[in-house]
Amino acid sequence: MYNYSEFDAAFVRNRVDQFRGQVERRVDGSLTEDEFKPLRLMNGLYLQLHAYMLRVAIPYGTLNSRQMDQLAFIADKWDKGYGHFTTRQNIQYNWPKLHDVPDILDALADVQMHAIQTSGNTIRNVTADHFAGAAADEYADPRPVAELLRQWSTDHPEFQFLPRKFKIAVTGAEHDRAVVKAHDIGLRMARRDGEEGFEVLVGGGLGRTPMIGKTVREFLPKEDLLPYLEAVVHVYNQLGRRDNKYKARIKITVHENGIENIRDRVEAKFAETKAEFTGIDQALLTKLEAAFAPPVFKSAELDGFTTAYDGDPIFRSWVDTNIADHKADGYGIVTISIKAHGATPGDATSDQMRLMADLARRFGHDELRISHEQNVILPHVHKSDLPQIYAELQQAGLGTANIGLISDIIACPGMDYCALATARSIPIAQEISTRFDEMKIEHEVGPLKIKISGCINACGHHHVGHIGILGLDRAGVESYQITLGGDATETAAIGERAGPGFSADDIVPAIERLVLAYVDLRDSKDETFLDAYRRLGADPFKAALYPEASKRHAA
Amino acid sequence: MTKPFTPKVVTANHLISGEVVYLTEGDQWSPLLAEAEVIEDEAHGDIRLLDGNGRADEIVGVYLADVKIGANGPEPTHFRETFRTRGPSNYAHGKQVELPHV
Repeated sequence: MYNYSEFDAAFVRNRVDQFRGQVERRVDGSLTEDEFKPLRLMNGLYLQLHAYMLRVAIPYGTLNSRQMDQLAFIADKWDKGYGHFTTRQNIQYNWPKLHDVPDILDALADVQMHAIQTSGNTIRNVTADHFAGAAADEYADPRPVAELLRQWSTDHPEFQFLPRKFKIAVTGAEHDRAVVKAHDIGLRMARRDGEEGFEVLVGGGLGRTPMIGKTVREFLPKEDLLPYLEAVVHVYNQLGRRDNKYKARIKITVHENGIENIRDRVEAKFAETKAEFTGIDQALLTKLEAAFAPPVFKSAELDGFTTAYDGDPIFRSWVDTNIADHKADGYGIVTISIKAHGATPGDATSDQMRLMADLARRFGHDELRISHEQNVILPHVHKSDLPQIYAELQQAGLGTANIGLISDIIACPGMDYCALATARSIPIAQEISTRFDEMKIEHEVGPLKIKISGCINACGHHHVGHIGILGLDRAGVESYQITLGGDATETAAIGERAGPGFSADDIVPAIERLVLAYVDLRDSKDETFLDAYRRLGADPFKAALYPEASKRHAA
Repeated sequence: MTKPFTPKVVTANHLISGEVVYLTEGDQWSPLLAEAEVIEDEAHGDIRLLDGNGRADEIVGVYLADVKIGANGPEPTHFRETFRTRGPSNYAHGKQVELPHV
């Protein structure tokens, strides 16, 4: 992992001191809220429905056990004993008191963490494949690049007042687990004729105008990354609209100006920025690559694992569902479900955090990851340790075998917490997960991604859910709109609206009809929901959702 | 034709805790909607909003919220305001457990 340099440590600590002074001046009345608000947002502090909310960055979703322990400590000391992992690989605390926040930030700085640029019109926390450095299908670890981008973008003087927020994601694997096509900039590490580099996508995004990113550069040599991205953000900073918040993201800039125009401008600027970079960035990247060198993997007998796998169907189901292929022999990637049936997606208690930290320390080379799908990952686990890990997870309510299945739902906080929400998300996720657990069919149904947002801003990624659910306020009543056929991977697609919305009471039965219809419609057990949708089109699924309407058509 | 004025209360969040509060007739910030001053007149609403905004060292995010008059005083007309009177639905946190409800 990366360890803070003296510069990083001093920078973060200075920001905490500055913020402490700002909070004092707000409390004693020398700062108005209008003056204070941009300052607190720069430090990740929002005002939500019932309380403040502190959003803490987990750069590229990577944590060590000490950091996870500290997140648990903060949850106990200054919050209500839990934290919420988000679709941006961050953690949010829902109940901090304003005057405690500087102490929380100090406690974060103690373990090389911060809340800087988790809000505001800046480059936000850089996200990456949560299986980085571990996945069998990976050709390069994206984390050194993500850390380079974090350092470059943090307090970058030119990019502190962008037209709107700016999100970058990186993957170095064949399968896109980082949703790079729905980011302002998506980077896919690539190799051409033996040379390392990137495919650069721009203008993806969800929100009220969802767009799939477009390739602005097919192949960018590795050493050109920072000067090229500096050119992209520069062009956006100049060209992006500031007259209308809803048209200010780069996806609109690209859409309105055309990708060719943007490409030409970027290339022209890049000719200048390239000359300004003297190679310090590449020297730093080399150091970062060394810092992220893979751990020394062990070898051990797999007899115990095999016996447990063959003899215990519950353990086998968990292994088959939650363990992904690792690049090292005998190893697996463990995804710990933070989605027990009926629980709040992404929420972990402080006890659960401490257990996961402990497991990482004892069995996982001290590494943890947070996925954008709101789960926690132990990226490097030898399979011989899986029976013990599973036993301990199960005891802590973390043994749910549902990764990639119906109950592995992404849900934003919605109107239970968020001041921007138009409807609740969490109860809908809880009810769907509880219902399908009662029916005991989620393993039979197979891979199916449900994603729920409580407003048009789409923090719950509903546009790219196989089934997306968007909560709206329709004449003073919560109403839920379904989209179908979305896809967050390398074959990214925006879901299509199925039809009129459902009430809070009707949405779960509607999802049940939809899923049962899919089971009837699929040509074999191997045809996933998304494949069936692509083969058959929307009509048979709409018929299941709106049986009355389809009867009227038939009559 | 302008819309008729509907009853309102002045609401905000407490500066330190962030808790939802309501402005009472006696110029206190109460955690209970039932104790809020009900404003029936638009001009008076403007003045009370200014009063609330003038106390920036106590609260944050002042606005006028619609209410209807019920048996125990003002009640929310919109589900968002209902949630603000009690807290989140996924845990027993916030007002629903911190306040003695009648």
